Amino acid sequence: MNVTINGQPERIVPGTIEEMVCRKGLQPEALVVEHNQEVVPRERWSHIALQEGDVLELLRFVGGG
Amino acid sequence: MENDVLVVGGRAFTSRLFTGTGKFAADALIPKMLASSGSQMITVALRRIDSSARSENILDHIPRTVTLLPNTSGARNAEEAVRIARIARAAGCGDFIKIEVITDTKYLMPDNWETLKATEILAKEGFLVLPYVLPDLPLAKRLESAGAAAVMPLGAPIGSNRGLETASLIALLIENCRVPVVVDAGIGRPSHAAAAMEMGADAVLVNTAIATAQDPVAMGRAFSLAVAAGRTAFLARMAEESQVARASSPLTGFLNEDG
Repeated sequence: MNVTINGQPERIVPGTIEEMVCRKGLQPEALVVEHNQEVVPRERWSHIALQEGDVLELLRFVGGG
Repeated sequence: MENDVLVVGGRAFTSRLFTGTGKFAADALIPKMLASSGSQMITVALRRIDSSARSENILDHIPRTVTLLPNTSGARNAEEAVRIARIARAAGCGDFIKIEVITDTKYLMPDNWETLKATEILAKEGFLVLPYVLPDLPLAKRLESAGAAAVMPLGAPIGSNRGLETASLIALLIENCRVPVVVDAGIGRPSHAAAAMEMGADAVLVNTAIATAQDPVAMGRAFSLAVAAGRTAFLARMAEESQVARASSPLTGFLNEDG
């Protein structure tokens, strides 16, 4: 399945946001997920099945002034 | 001084020193700096994850009692700033947002026009907007009308540590704005922060000067003392300047005077 993650086209295994985060080995605590321009709270990650063409932003808070 | 509270966006702050989380050698220094400085508002930034970078969560280093001020750094126009602000709020950072729209990569000058546009949109959405701007009085009044919770004029370019190069323009904002004026960017030393507070600024935002000091925790305390000194001096109404000397001791009754 083809999606866009952080501006890059990517082929991923179909599944939920939760599964995608897990497969990528990302630490959920530090992660902010935006799915098709909408922020998805962590408790909803397992409820959203990714679709062909979805656009995801995987973000985190960092130091800044 | 105990009753000297700064109100921004309806929230009360007893510290007039806002700080930032950028450039610390280790994130673990941040809570120590917050404790030493007494700062009650701190900025954070939002970025795409970088698989090579540490996956530490900066928010874990900020006590819950400290108000988060996410910034929109990386935004090149109003639309991008608005998007970052919405993400930050949805991610649980609260309603405060520092609007930072920058297209100039050499001097990191804020784009006042795009900043105003973003402020208009976000204030309507209930954000408590703190726009980072070049000190321009007509613009500051427009930001105020647009619902900004404060205005944050720069003293000098970000990270330059050169102090209050724009002092006379900031003074116009202080004199004419109803919303708090927070001097942001360029403050390199505690004496710069004290000078801003003596002028009547409502608060200062300091990041680089604390984070890149050899001892950021001690420097946090130094800035806290300077801000408190400057604020106290402002409230105490400073004595007037004079072009000639005005003796401090009486000019009568000298010992060498002849009866």
